[in-house]
Amino acid sequence: MQLSNLISGKNELAEEVWVALRECIPVVLGVVPFGITCGIMGLTAKMSGVETILMSVFVFAGASQFIGITMLGTGITGWGIIILTTLLVNLRHLIMGSSLAPYMIRLPFPLQALLAFFLTDEAYALTISRIHKAKYSVLYQLTVSTMLYLVWVLSTVAGVVLGGYISDPLTWGLDFAMPATFLVLLIPRLADRISLIVFGMAAVVSVIAALYLPGKWYIIIACLIASLIGGLLEGDSEHA
Amino acid sequence: MRSEVFYIIIGMALVTYFTRIGALALFRFTGVPTWLNRWLKYVPVAILTALIVPSLLLPKGYLDISLNNHYLIAGIVAAFVAYKSRNIIATLGIGMSIMFVLKLI
Repeated sequence: MQLSNLISGKNELAEEVWVALRECIPVVLGVVPFGITCGIMGLTAKMSGVETILMSVFVFAGASQFIGITMLGTGITGWGIIILTTLLVNLRHLIMGSSLAPYMIRLPFPLQALLAFFLTDEAYALTISRIHKAKYSVLYQLTVSTMLYLVWVLSTVAGVVLGGYISDPLTWGLDFAMPATFLVLLIPRLADRISLIVFGMAAVVSVIAALYLPGKWYIIIACLIASLIGGLLEGDSEHA
Repeated sequence: MRSEVFYIIIGMALVTYFTRIGALALFRFTGVPTWLNRWLKYVPVAILTALIVPSLLLPKGYLDISLNNHYLIAGIVAAFVAYKSRNIIATLGIGMSIMFVLKLI
């Protein structure tokens, strides 16, 4: 009896890892061209291969690495401005962290600290969709997070090694894999009136903000405004 | 390895980690307050939208609503496939194929 419980428990865990691996493949494929581009950019910015790779190992944040590398390439070596920009570009993770906090604060703190290091747009999108479909699973989050990290570092290495031989991989259109995957995660959520309003608000605000604001501010602004409106509408319908 | 680049990388890593652990550290002892929970309910929809829509409408950094914007056309088809199939492989396969064909013609 105990043994069979143990075995079925193990099967469940293996199943969770398997689902995580299967679901993260498209997203991971979408990361590869960005990692390769990151490696190539590092070289064109006159960074050494080791410097470029270590940045991916320690920072693990695509957009801010692109910006940091570009700044280093244009001769900006003041650490203040690069680090401040990195902070601003990554502020959106605070919102994602808050969104996952209700599930993650129950975990032992070392595990929270580890998972936090891996918290990227992609890991967040996959984990929150898993919660929506089934329930929160730490094994799922850990699996997709490690996969994304390994592929990010390895594709940066590939970019550094291949550097001179290939042109910018983002011109191939492979980066389309990311929005296409996110669409599959988004569309099942647009099932009620408030979600549709939030979608519309986020679409309009993010496009306008992307036109007029630098960096990744459009994500933060659109997310804050649209989700606040969603929360307020939700509150109203509860009281009515 | 130049030391000033090393310090910049470490600095970037620290502030990035701060943004990722910040919310967890803050709510660790208090739990997430109810009003914030209600606000956070729509964060996934808002963030996913903010990640997708600008990458389709402004793939090169400027607004491009035309037939020349391959990302937009492939995105609309992919959205339709995603709606009908709810399947990542189908959506990605058809979306990427359209991107590829559009590049060729």
